[in-house]
Amino acid sequence: MIPELGSFCLVLALCLAVVVAVVPLWGSYKNQGVLMAMASPLTAGVFTFTAIAFALLLVVLINDDFSVNYVAASSNTQLPVYYKISAAWGGHEGSLLLWVLILAGWSVAVAAFSKSLPLAMRARVLSIMGMITVGFLLFILMTSNPFARSLPFFPPEGNDLNPLLQDIGLIFHPPMLYLGYVGFSVPFAFAIAALLGGRLDAAWARWSRPWTNLAWACLTLGIALGSWWAYYELGWGGWWFWDPVENASFMPWLMGTALVHSLAVTDKRGVFRSWTVLLAIFTFSLSLLGTFLVRSGVLTSVHAFAADPSRGMFILVFLFIVVGGSLLLFALRAPQVTQSSRLNFLSLENFLLINNVILLAACLTVLFGTLFPIVADALDLGKYSVGAPYFNAVFLPMMLVLMVFMGTSAWLSWKQTRAFNWQRTLLVPALAAMLLGFAFPSVYGGEFNWKAVLGSVFGFWLVLHTVAGAVQKSRLSRRGVAGLTKLSRSYWGMVLGHIGFAVVAFGVIMTTQFSVERDVKLAPGQSATLGDYEFRLDQVSAVEGSNYLSDMGFVTVKLNGETVATLYPEKRRYLASGQVMTEAGIDAGLFRDLYLSLGEQLEGGAWAVRVQVKPFVRWLWLGGILIALGGIWAVMDPRYRKKLVVGRSRSKAQGNLAAGASV
Amino acid sequence: MGRLKLFLPLLVFIPLAILLIRALDLDPSELPSALLDKPMPGFELPSLQEPERMLRREDLVGEKMLVNVWATWCPSCMVEHPWLVKLARDYGVKIVGLNYKDERQAALGWLQRYENPFALSVYDVDGKLGLDMGVYGAPETFVVDSAGIIRFKHVGVIDDKVWQEVLQPVLQEID
Repeated sequence: MIPELGSFCLVLALCLAVVVAVVPLWGSYKNQGVLMAMASPLTAGVFTFTAIAFALLLVVLINDDFSVNYVAASSNTQLPVYYKISAAWGGHEGSLLLWVLILAGWSVAVAAFSKSLPLAMRARVLSIMGMITVGFLLFILMTSNPFARSLPFFPPEGNDLNPLLQDIGLIFHPPMLYLGYVGFSVPFAFAIAALLGGRLDAAWARWSRPWTNLAWACLTLGIALGSWWAYYELGWGGWWFWDPVENASFMPWLMGTALVHSLAVTDKRGVFRSWTVLLAIFTFSLSLLGTFLVRSGVLTSVHAFAADPSRGMFILVFLFIVVGGSLLLFALRAPQVTQSSRLNFLSLENFLLINNVILLAACLTVLFGTLFPIVADALDLGKYSVGAPYFNAVFLPMMLVLMVFMGTSAWLSWKQTRAFNWQRTLLVPALAAMLLGFAFPSVYGGEFNWKAVLGSVFGFWLVLHTVAGAVQKSRLSRRGVAGLTKLSRSYWGMVLGHIGFAVVAFGVIMTTQFSVERDVKLAPGQSATLGDYEFRLDQVSAVEGSNYLSDMGFVTVKLNGETVATLYPEKRRYLASGQVMTEAGIDAGLFRDLYLSLGEQLEGGAWAVRVQVKPFVRWLWLGGILIALGGIWAVMDPRYRKKLVVGRSRSKAQGNLAAGASV
Repeated sequence: MGRLKLFLPLLVFIPLAILLIRALDLDPSELPSALLDKPMPGFELPSLQEPERMLRREDLVGEKMLVNVWATWCPSCMVEHPWLVKLARDYGVKIVGLNYKDERQAALGWLQRYENPFALSVYDVDGKLGLDMGVYGAPETFVVDSAGIIRFKHVGVIDDKVWQEVLQPVLQEID
């Protein structure tokens, strides 16, 4: 009964979503206030029924109702209850339902927090989001219903959730990622609504800015969580693989980063309007493309869901309608650039444009590498694979260039930067960055490593300029240290985000260049040394988990004779599937991780063991958190919560007041 | 003219969409027909364990076997590795490992840690044999019969389901 109720709720949600997609939009053209005002309550209805459906899916999972195909495929009676819950997004059908739930959640949030928007604008935005919801609900009901049953003969026991997914990181990673992915539908809907209404002004950019920042921050956290999970769960210390599915989430991030910055320019200066709209369309299109790549089975990947051509076709047609339709609309309605507003080279606008172009190029290189195998195959050029060497060779240099411009832009103001003295402003931080960048890795590593030096120089360049720029900007307001508080929250968000970026870059460079590892054979009581550390395998004992049996190693790590850590690496055998998993023993530290994984058992009670010391690896995720916090902090800027005033003259005046201080 | 420029994104998107539609019909795990039922290409490559020892096609063929393309840089290989071990140990399947574009030390460490399911390991550092066999990524697994003819190719991870529904039937069919 419960599964049928779930399907029924999805059908109800679909019906309401169809109404949201049509009626308020129609009302906005006929200028019918009543029809437009229906958008918010209807959106709330879509959300309610989707949420009930999702709750019912949780109920059948917790109740072990194996007559439901999805439950039989991705759960098991022995599974702890929190993994039964997370199994709701462990498979294709359930994770798609989560996708729609989050989409409905964003829509309801837009409905709730956009009371100050003009009625027609709000109606259009909610209608566009309703259309996307219709598409995905249809997709679920036609090809991927999580409530489908296998009556009357159903299995007495479920298949179990993939042990790789039985993990705390995987409880949070997909919802976070989807919050970001799906959240980009909000700026997309704003952009389309603005195109439809013919009002592409600074106000439109200001409305979508907080939403874009928030979605982008969530995506940042989602990607960081995914990388962290891969690091400890796959058991070999890697944290980024350029896997097609990783790229699928990374491309919207790169494009979204460009969008966040472009929106700032449109908001503050009213320029780049067409460009910003196009970026909003691209960003959401890449989210959809990612969904297509992951769900259709056109790419082979460790993350890929079971392939099904009908699903691929559906998403592709949907993608075609959404992207093709919005690009057509863009071509017909986007404002032509009439005033070729001469950009001053030393203006913030110009540097943000340069940053946009670099991010776009970086995104295209990732897109090219991801799609090339498919395109080559479709054109009968042969079968190819594109791996990490391509991405590292093309992508990393672009990031270095990006950091140069990010650092310099900290000094610039809108329109034109007065009294900018190249030598005086840039020379000191540049010299300091070179000195620190050269000294730090050389002293740390005890040798000259040009890659580490190069990376650190650019990292220090970015941090020093960002900090010095903030100090100079606050001094301009002649209040000394107190001036720091005068800078807007958006500005501090920028500072935090850029420092976070430098932290990630530093982590990448240090951990790739200075990690050391060793494969050894250890019997209980024996030890191995790696660098200054001594790892001693004290014993290996059998441990019983809730749904697995495990051999757990107890390893004492000593540094100069002092015990600094105890590691508990495991070799688990999951009972339901018989799959064996390696759980690494990790001692996390700000400056280094000690990482030990158990291999196979050798004769005589000895074990094959891999030990690794990975310096600064935490900085990768720490930087990711800083970047996300920067985005969230910018959203907190009170200027977004002021009564949104319609009309350009007013917003321009505000823009000029804040000029130079906030991005 | 200004308006026409705005059509540019759409014009770029259309061919891409057509390619994607075409890609949908293609199976990434499909073997290029050119290689199916053709002899496995000849080669001369060092053994993974003994760099001095050169392995040739003749050293491999003789009984039916799986040729598994793997590398330590490939996360999916990590996922399928326990299954390879199970196939070799419990089902007595002969598996030849083709270590593809990898570092020797890393590969040896991997086999030591996770158990070695391979009867023989070929070290193909430049991907030469891989190129001849039409490998486009890892993991891939070829089914080769006792006469050295390639009979089937599976792209992607081998697990219980793939073994029971795909590889085992193929292996039973051929000799």
